[in-house]
Amino acid sequence: MKNPLLPLRSLHPTIKVPRRRYAALSSGVLGKLNVPTDYSASSYLAHTSSQTYRLHTDLPEQIRSSKTKRTNYFTAVNDALRTILTTDDKSLIFGEDVSFGGVFRCTSNLTDSFGSSRIFNTPLSEQGIIGFAIGLSASGYTALPEIQFADYLFPAFDQLHNEASKMRYRSGGAEIFNAGRMVVRMPTSAVGHGGLYHSQSPEGFFLGMQGITVVIPRSPVQAKGLLIAAARGEDPVVIMEPKTLYRAAVEEVPLEEYELPIGKAEVLQAGTDVTLVTYGTMVYVAESAARAAKERLGVSVEVIDLRTVRPWDKETITKSVNKTGRCVVVHEASRTGGVGESLAGEVQERCFLRLEAPVTRVTGWDTPMPLAFEGFMVPDVVRVLDGIKRTMEY
Amino acid sequence: MVLLASSRASAWARVSRIRLPPPPNTARHFASSVIARQNAPMKQPPHSNSVLFPGAVNSKFTNELKFQRPQDLPAIPTYRLIDTHGQVVDKSREPDVGQELALKMYKDMVTTSIMDLLMYESQRQGRISFYMVSAGEEGIAVGSAAALAPDDVIFSQYREQGVMMYRGFTLDEFMNQLFANKFDYGKGRNMPIHYMSERLHMHPISSPLATQIPHSVGAAYALKLDQSSRIVVCFFGEGAASEGDFHAALNIAATRSCPVVFICRNNGFAISTPTLEQYKGDGIASRGVGYGIDTARVDGNDIMAVREVTMRARDIALKEQKPVLIEAMSYRVSHHSTSDDSFAYRAKIEVEDWKRRDNPITRMRKWLESKSWWSSEQDQELRTQVRKDILKAFARAEKEKKPALENLFLDVFKIPSRDLEEQMTELRRVIEEYPDEYDLEAFDRGKEGL
Ligand SMILES: Cc1ncc(C[n+]2csc(CCOP(=O)(O)OP(=O)(O)O)c2C)c(N)n1
Repeated sequence: MKNPLLPLRSLHPTIKVPRRRYAALSSGVLGKLNVPTDYSASSYLAHTSSQTYRLHTDLPEQIRSSKTKRTNYFTAVNDALRTILTTDDKSLIFGEDVSFGGVFRCTSNLTDSFGSSRIFNTPLSEQGIIGFAIGLSASGYTALPEIQFADYLFPAFDQLHNEASKMRYRSGGAEIFNAGRMVVRMPTSAVGHGGLYHSQSPEGFFLGMQGITVVIPRSPVQAKGLLIAAARGEDPVVIMEPKTLYRAAVEEVPLEEYELPIGKAEVLQAGTDVTLVTYGTMVYVAESAARAAKERLGVSVEVIDLRTVRPWDKETITKSVNKTGRCVVVHEASRTGGVGESLAGEVQERCFLRLEAPVTRVTGWDTPMPLAFEGFMVPDVVRVLDGIKRTMEY
Repeated sequence: MVLLASSRASAWARVSRIRLPPPPNTARHFASSVIARQNAPMKQPPHSNSVLFPGAVNSKFTNELKFQRPQDLPAIPTYRLIDTHGQVVDKSREPDVGQELALKMYKDMVTTSIMDLLMYESQRQGRISFYMVSAGEEGIAVGSAAALAPDDVIFSQYREQGVMMYRGFTLDEFMNQLFANKFDYGKGRNMPIHYMSERLHMHPISSPLATQIPHSVGAAYALKLDQSSRIVVCFFGEGAASEGDFHAALNIAATRSCPVVFICRNNGFAISTPTLEQYKGDGIASRGVGYGIDTARVDGNDIMAVREVTMRARDIALKEQKPVLIEAMSYRVSHHSTSDDSFAYRAKIEVEDWKRRDNPITRMRKWLESKSWWSSEQDQELRTQVRKDILKAFARAEKEKKPALENLFLDVFKIPSRDLEEQMTELRRVIEEYPDEYDLEAFDRGKEGL
């Protein structure tokens, strides 16, 4: 698989790093690597109050004494929506089937508390939903539309790409005539049995939408803080919620309201040998792969959650790669047209002289998401570990 | 400016003098007269009392300012032949159906409903990943299928298993798709219920709603160009009719006069959203009228009425070469799918009431019994046999392997791109390097399948 051409890098006199060779990583006594994620054992999720404040380092100072509650992902989203509706009386939620709580229960019980003029079902039309949201935003309202599945956003692409993303620009930066008060939420990514149209990860499409911010929160604490921040921000935001985490990811979430920074990545685990950049569901696969890399290869992996995938945090990634000299990017979306390309491109430009190996991408294949083969499409622990190994051995 | 304009004008004159090639052959037979009529200049005769604006040619002038209020128009009536007691409503109009056909229709409805029950249950047991039943809507599917020619082209949404059943999609074919096994025509790539059959002219079902509606119009235009004696039929729900694709499709079908019959299954719900929140006005039927399309509404629980309306619609579509819309009314007695619990948004009693009041299967059975074409013993026998047949097909399909792993990469392009070949090689390398991590037992040809 190596490029037969001499790598350009070898023309540069670089610092000599001893090459380590690793034995084949067969399971043997250490057990299988590809096992279902045990979220209850993940060190990236806060299972106690004190973990909440230790793990989520950018939780604001003033809430650090707030009580926490065991909360799953969809309930954390619901909490955040409730906070927004309570504190911003010009905010509203609408979309397909949101009145009774939505097909993933994120909007449960909101109609009872806030009334049906602020929480309501729309007719079944995504282009209508997003266009309507833009109109509200450009009239001073905070629009929080829900798209039932990321797979079904596409009828609204014209509204999102040609209108929401460009409105501030084409209105000459007008105070009101922009889509900055719109936050579009949608479930995304693989569930294991969603197939072509319920398991896609279409975030790559948003990379070409200038003016749209795209956030993919990894956990309940993150989902709450990022959603509240998005609703109070001044630019249109797309929040993609990995649907497999809605019930699986459970954390101690602060009861008080708080915001988490949009546009900032977070180092989940410090390391010295290789930087592993990922987001969404894949952070938990990265966690297992990083553990295996330590145990089986003696490699110290720095794991970073991008959180905001567009525009992503160049500073944090550059700093980390300049420290480790190696970088692996992991995502479920296809290899071509994804975040990995953007990352690899920027990293090689920013860290070229520090890189000991090309940036490696472990991603979905360049195919649609097939039901029977979902498990082979989504990067698993083995493929991520293998990516780390190849990067180390380069 | 002047210079520019005049030079452009003379360039245009030069261009327009160039002789264009004659139109292609296919264009000859259709609508040269239509084109001529469309291009004829419109003249407003002096003192005329009607308008000849090109956008509304039959409108009369009026001195009375009045807004048309939809609620003032009578609702489009719902056609039926047989009432809820199985009695023919107008004794002079017996359904024009022989015993053999009637029994086939009945059996296909029953088979569909039993398959639905068993497959719903099997999803609950974790044997398949997903299912959607068509309970209460079997009459719409089977009744319309019975009105069509076997080679008419079908585009479905997802709740039309009765159409497939009538056309001869076998139980094995259903099961292979539901289990995503190696005999599934979609090669295991789709979620359950996304059937297709090239043999039966049924296009592959796609989850994104309403996308099939404009496809059906294009397919109908192709038949028109072919001077075919076939038509296209397109099914969708009243929820899907809110999508832009529905409106675009009706408009193109009308303007290009496409031989397509649109059949909207209006079952009262789109997941949790009731029709009251889905649209205002007189149902989906009124949309058809708005687009200038011949339209009828029918009682979807009356399979004979559905058949008759569809036969008539087919005739219009074929002979007059234009679209027709049918709105078939029913009630979704089931949950939306196996992922849904509808009692979170509607009362159980409402559903129970509906089930008791009316159902296409019981209604037809009453009618069959009134004609002495069917008895409860025969009914029992049929149900037992159908159950057995389905379970046999179920068992056969369940033990088949999944499609070979190479099918992950094939058919993205007709011939895999170099990129995909590389990626296939990469997956093969990973599987070979970590043999204990990948169990390919369940897939056809195991490790050799990639
Ligand atoms: C473009 C798109 N948006 C949303 C969905 C999710 N969805 C699947 S079925 C459904 C309801 C469809 O209702 P209707 O068309 O009335 O058909 P019914 O289920 O009642 O038969 C929705 C919203 C989808 N499949 N495609």
